[in-house]
Amino acid sequence: MAAQSNLAWRHKKAAFFKNFCIGVTGFAVLILCLLIYQVSVLGLPWLDAQFLSSFPSRFPEKAGIKSALMGTLWLVSMTAAIAIPIGVLAAVYLEEYAKPTRLTEFININIANLAGVPSIVYGILGLAIFVRFFQLERSVLSGAMTMSLLILPVIIIASKESIRAVPGSLRQAAFAVGATRWQVIRAHVLPSALPGILTGVILAISRAIGETAPLIMIGALTYVAFVPEGPMDEFTALPIQIFNWTSRPQQEFHELASAGIVVLLLVLLMMNAVAVYIRYRGTRIK
Amino acid sequence: MKTVKPRYLENSLQVVFFMCAAISTITTVAVIGILAFETWGFLQHVSIVEFLFGTRWSPLLHPKSYGLLPLLAGTTLIVVGASLVALPIGLACAIYLSEYAGERARNVLKPVLEVLAGIPTVVYGFFALTFVTPILRTVLPQTDVFNAASAAIVVGIMVLPMVASLCDDAFRAVPDNLREGAYSLGATSFEVTTRVVVPAGLSGVFAAFVLAISRAIGETMAVTLAAGATPNLTLNPLESIQTMTAYIVQVSLGDTPAGTLTYQTLFAVAAVLFLVTLCLNIAANMIMKRFQEVYE
Repeated sequence: MAAQSNLAWRHKKAAFFKNFCIGVTGFAVLILCLLIYQVSVLGLPWLDAQFLSSFPSRFPEKAGIKSALMGTLWLVSMTAAIAIPIGVLAAVYLEEYAKPTRLTEFININIANLAGVPSIVYGILGLAIFVRFFQLERSVLSGAMTMSLLILPVIIIASKESIRAVPGSLRQAAFAVGATRWQVIRAHVLPSALPGILTGVILAISRAIGETAPLIMIGALTYVAFVPEGPMDEFTALPIQIFNWTSRPQQEFHELASAGIVVLLLVLLMMNAVAVYIRYRGTRIK
Repeated sequence: MKTVKPRYLENSLQVVFFMCAAISTITTVAVIGILAFETWGFLQHVSIVEFLFGTRWSPLLHPKSYGLLPLLAGTTLIVVGASLVALPIGLACAIYLSEYAGERARNVLKPVLEVLAGIPTVVYGFFALTFVTPILRTVLPQTDVFNAASAAIVVGIMVLPMVASLCDDAFRAVPDNLREGAYSLGATSFEVTTRVVVPAGLSGVFAAFVLAISRAIGETMAVTLAAGATPNLTLNPLESIQTMTAYIVQVSLGDTPAGTLTYQTLFAVAAVLFLVTLCLNIAANMIMKRFQEVYE
């Protein structure tokens, strides 16, 4: 009798625990929905062609994100141009060339640790090296190089994993018919590692699109009424504009900020979707 | 007999690739070098005892004072608050994902977690200021407009996906025959989870917790927007505070000439931030490696 009620109690506990975990997970999803709902309700009424094609302004009804969008576009294209080749080639070296020495191990551990350094520390590095030491001032170039350092570990780690997943038999077959190491890598390893590398690159680029703190550190401007025309021009970016509007007390600017957030989230969601699609196709082909 | 030509392209490519890999090491050296150099300059003017144990932080207003404790207290408040939100919820989500959820639920929830993880921190700051703070102020009217609690809750939501997916990985690495063994002895799902799966995945859970704390310490935009800019030595989460990261942003929003003591405080604070997060990240890696259960 006692044993039976104990068993019933144990089952009750198990059922309660299961429902608790489901409830908590549901709560987390609910928060995401709330966030998106809140931002859309505030921001969507402001989101129109005028908002996308105007410069920021003191008057909320005239303000827009043209300079911020163009700044982000400049920043992200330059960051991609710098970080993707360096990151992928570094991964190629570490996986295909490097012998398992102390130095290689140190480089690998170091990359893992760099991935955990707070983004604002990269901002300080950018400020001291690119802005002050190399005197690149508050240019798009300074921003892009700082961002590149920030996302390099992400690209390297994703590319390394993807290159490591390429079966060794593929390499041996190519070596056996007389291909050189670089020919093996270029014609066989990189093409079959491509889906994984692309997914990592897209996620890294999305991170660069959303980062704010390092750009504030290197002094990206909060009020810019022009579009950058070259890599040495001053600039602003979408997250900076959102930060600027959010930190103002007036309700209208908060609504502008949420319109900016809607644009930012749409861009990020699209990139995420592309990454998921590439990953899906990659796994299907294998 | 044919002679083999030296392969200049092959060899030079290898050098180029090595240089790409070396950039990461150069980055680390540069970070450490710059932080050490400027912090050394700062410590020529302010004693290290005053910096680490002083109770007033006022580098911008007279009388100037350079005690780090208020900023450390601010950061601690955020970290504790964020942990209270992220660790239990993240753990429960992970248990649901790995132990209870079916294939379809997983296929929906995993991308949702990825989207949550990919939302920029400035968006979370906006959410804290326009959504969480008003709720807090309705429930507890004595809450300041800028307060630690709101920022801490939002930072907790921000690191939650990371905790959930790392713990989920740890639990899924536990082999099914351990679970089946426990079930065959008559254990309920609750007992299997709490006495077999979670203990077996504990190293991963701890590593996830440490990484989450490290992320919360380094988080910048949400605390800058929602927690305020008043370096208060307080443990009351409803007051306005300032974290180390928020101080760095506050100074760099103004125009501070290089070489001044204020400019050097940036690097001194960043050095503390860098050291703390680096130690936590190394600790997480060591926990993961050393205490991982290895199954055949």
